[in-house]
Amino acid sequence: MSAASSRPIATGRSAAGMPTGRLAVWWIIASEIVIFGGLLGSYIMHRLAHDAFAEQAAHTNTWIGAFNTFVLLTSSLSAVLTHKAADHGDGKKAARFLYYTMGGGLVFLVVKAFEWTTEIQAGYTLASNTFWSFYYTAAGIHAAHVLAGVIIMGFVAHTAKRQLEMQRVELIGLYWHFVDVVWIFLFPLLYIAK
Amino acid sequence: MADHAAHDHAHEAHGEHTHHPDYVKIWGVLLVLLVISVAGPFLEIQVITLITAFGIAIVKAYLVVKNFMHINVAAKLVTYLVLTMLLFMLLFFAGTAPDVMESHGSNWEKPDWIAGTAHPPAAGHEESH
Amino acid sequence: MVVKHADHAHEHGDHHAEQGWVSKYLFSTDHKIICFQYMFTGMALAIVAGFFSYVFRMQMAFPGVPVPGWGLVTPADYNMLVTNHGAIMIFWVAMPVLIAAFGNYLIPLMIGADDMVFPKINRLSYQIFLLSVVVLFISFFVDGGGFAGAWTMYPPLMAKAEYSLTGTGSSVFLLAIALEFVAFLLGGINFVTTAMNARAPGMKLYDIPIVVWMIVIASILFMASVGPLIAGAVMMLFDQQLGTAFFDPNRGGDPILWQHLFWFFGHPEVYVVLLPAIGITAEIITVFSRKKLFAYKTVLNTAIGTGILSFTVWAHHQFIAGIDPRMANIFTITTLIISIPIAEMMFVYIATLYGGSITLNTPMLWALGFIGTFLIGGVTGIFLGASGADIYLHDTYFVLAHFHYTFFPIAIIGTYAGLTYWFPKMFGKEMNDTLGKIHFWGTFIAFNCIFIPLFFTGMLGDHRRIFDYTNFPELTTPMLENLRAFATISLVVMLGFQLVFFYNFVTSLLWGKKADVNPWRANTLEWTTASPPPHGNWAELPTVYRGPYEYSVPGRKDDFWPQDAKS
Repeated sequence: MSAASSRPIATGRSAAGMPTGRLAVWWIIASEIVIFGGLLGSYIMHRLAHDAFAEQAAHTNTWIGAFNTFVLLTSSLSAVLTHKAADHGDGKKAARFLYYTMGGGLVFLVVKAFEWTTEIQAGYTLASNTFWSFYYTAAGIHAAHVLAGVIIMGFVAHTAKRQLEMQRVELIGLYWHFVDVVWIFLFPLLYIAK
Repeated sequence: MADHAAHDHAHEAHGEHTHHPDYVKIWGVLLVLLVISVAGPFLEIQVITLITAFGIAIVKAYLVVKNFMHINVAAKLVTYLVLTMLLFMLLFFAGTAPDVMESHGSNWEKPDWIAGTAHPPAAGHEESH
Repeated sequence: MVVKHADHAHEHGDHHAEQGWVSKYLFSTDHKIICFQYMFTGMALAIVAGFFSYVFRMQMAFPGVPVPGWGLVTPADYNMLVTNHGAIMIFWVAMPVLIAAFGNYLIPLMIGADDMVFPKINRLSYQIFLLSVVVLFISFFVDGGGFAGAWTMYPPLMAKAEYSLTGTGSSVFLLAIALEFVAFLLGGINFVTTAMNARAPGMKLYDIPIVVWMIVIASILFMASVGPLIAGAVMMLFDQQLGTAFFDPNRGGDPILWQHLFWFFGHPEVYVVLLPAIGITAEIITVFSRKKLFAYKTVLNTAIGTGILSFTVWAHHQFIAGIDPRMANIFTITTLIISIPIAEMMFVYIATLYGGSITLNTPMLWALGFIGTFLIGGVTGIFLGASGADIYLHDTYFVLAHFHYTFFPIAIIGTYAGLTYWFPKMFGKEMNDTLGKIHFWGTFIAFNCIFIPLFFTGMLGDHRRIFDYTNFPELTTPMLENLRAFATISLVVMLGFQLVFFYNFVTSLLWGKKADVNPWRANTLEWTTASPPPHGNWAELPTVYRGPYEYSVPGRKDDFWPQDAKS
């Protein structure tokens, strides 16, 4: 038999009324909320206290930000559709939609790379001033989470294609939606509120 | 496979996911909201910008969390967990902001221009503190 | 999921595949082995941090005299030793032993599960933890030496190499801490999910032993509080290495922001380590007074209440840092309030002991020692929580004595209590009780002799983190010097007594009397399987019929009633 037989009986229990994997991912999301919350809270404090911040924020490119928001929202759609496919037991379809989601993540990262290159060349670097420090740090930590999500999705798709470990499709989807929600807040904070 | 059976069992026990909302429609709503939030600043009224930017962000986040993450179907515990974490963040903000947002004390000041510059200003400026 | 397998046979049913020594012990996914990995790593680091305390205390007591085993202590040495003593004790001793080791061992066994729900992530969390230890050690050997700016890492000292003089060491130290946080976040997911989901049939929420609840609540507290500090650590690392100015006031940053980010985590952190120790105490006092816990739900609710309140008190560490005085008022009130639920817990413990049939063996002595010393720690905290008194007492040895009267019961007494109590189960042998008692009294009395004098030296003006007091004539009086020397000699005595424990531990392990399945006649599920438990814990997983504290139930022949006994 496969890895499932070396899995403890404990993993299959659900005394809390939820499958273990889903419970675990929500706990992970909870701890991520406070990581991003701490960072964004610090940013908001600076932003509200210094009008000079707003002047700097005018230099971010709202169109690129909006495009990236569109990309992530669409990848969230494919992420939930892959969950629906996995729910109906269709591993191949789930894998396909996971690849679309990964594609969305990669587009996001490539666009961001171009965006940052332009901004750095224009002189707005990580150390330029506090606004840009927060900008690159927050978007950078977010981008790292996008990349991690893409990588994990690759592994999940690989096994889902062979109809194995299908519950993981939902789990990585949950994580992906959370990453999307963080961006939903990052977008107005970094691009719009001028 | 033992795991698969346990997984199906958990599903049957709660009858979840037999109902999937129209995800494409929700995506459409999200995109419309995105357009509104981008358009908002063009009206150049600050209150409207704030509402379209952050109010819509909250609505979008709610739509994703409810419809894509199925938080209403997961145990109530999850909703409480997420709300508690958000509450802690508010607490952090409330306890820290009075200090970080303060621009002067009895012996110091933090001028506004500082946040926008790369280096401290020339010597003449500093004497004014 | 692609995970490294040391041995392919491992994959297909650990029950029947033969495991080589490497995969059985070094790369194990068995929660019991992972417990030992964390425990022995933590204990090894305790020796390192204990040695550091010996060196800097010798410097305090006999300034300028070369310390045997180290040599002359320079100011830079001193700062590095003090910093790393604190950081190691909290992050690499208290947390791994109390949460990771005891949590790993006890949670599956006490809830009737065969392992944690994610054994491979469990293993990964230890591996990341071990990596953090390696990175920490590397920090001692880089150019400039180990970080020396206090475990609280305040900027600008931490952020700027020209102040700290340990440019590389500071960043490496921060990396070690970041890795340690990741390890505990991963571990915490396992603990919380396992305890919530993998309970034996019949084990309702209020049938869970208190120590399991405590470790779970502690894990939740950690997960909820460490986030802002992780954000802050990234910001600090960027300040150190990439020229940002998050905490540089010259360029728009704010050093107080770091303090808030740190202490927002730092205060719940002390409850993170406290709760497991309190839980261990609950298990021991019920067994050795043959009485049910006086008020289970009260203990549980006060633990949860303390946990939530712990998020509202953090700035009491910053009373004189220049925070808004109106906030100081608020934090004083919340800090004084938080003493109430913990006191309530202590009262419940005392009520549990009252009228019980007490056995004063080694684990019980440690548990009672915990209650007594922690009470002193808690009470002295009240002085510090009042911002007015704190204006004088902050950064004096009074604070230091206060937190050692809390941390020592937590990390040292709690650990010894748990170790001496669960040793028979963990290793299948009995520890020598006489040696245990000698170890207890030697440690306990010496501990008090170290820190009671330090309350007084603190009140008389001894400032923390000062390498020597020759520049402070009012602090070089004979009385103060004698008190400091007395504290130091007591430390040496206390460290010496730990040899008794090590001797007892090793000889019991190798040649001790074989332990029964249930030598203490306790109720909880771990005592229903072999000592030590086999892989998978039980051949047939238990079902639970009652709570964990049914001792001396009237009308029953035995004075204990195991949770899984049908009648």
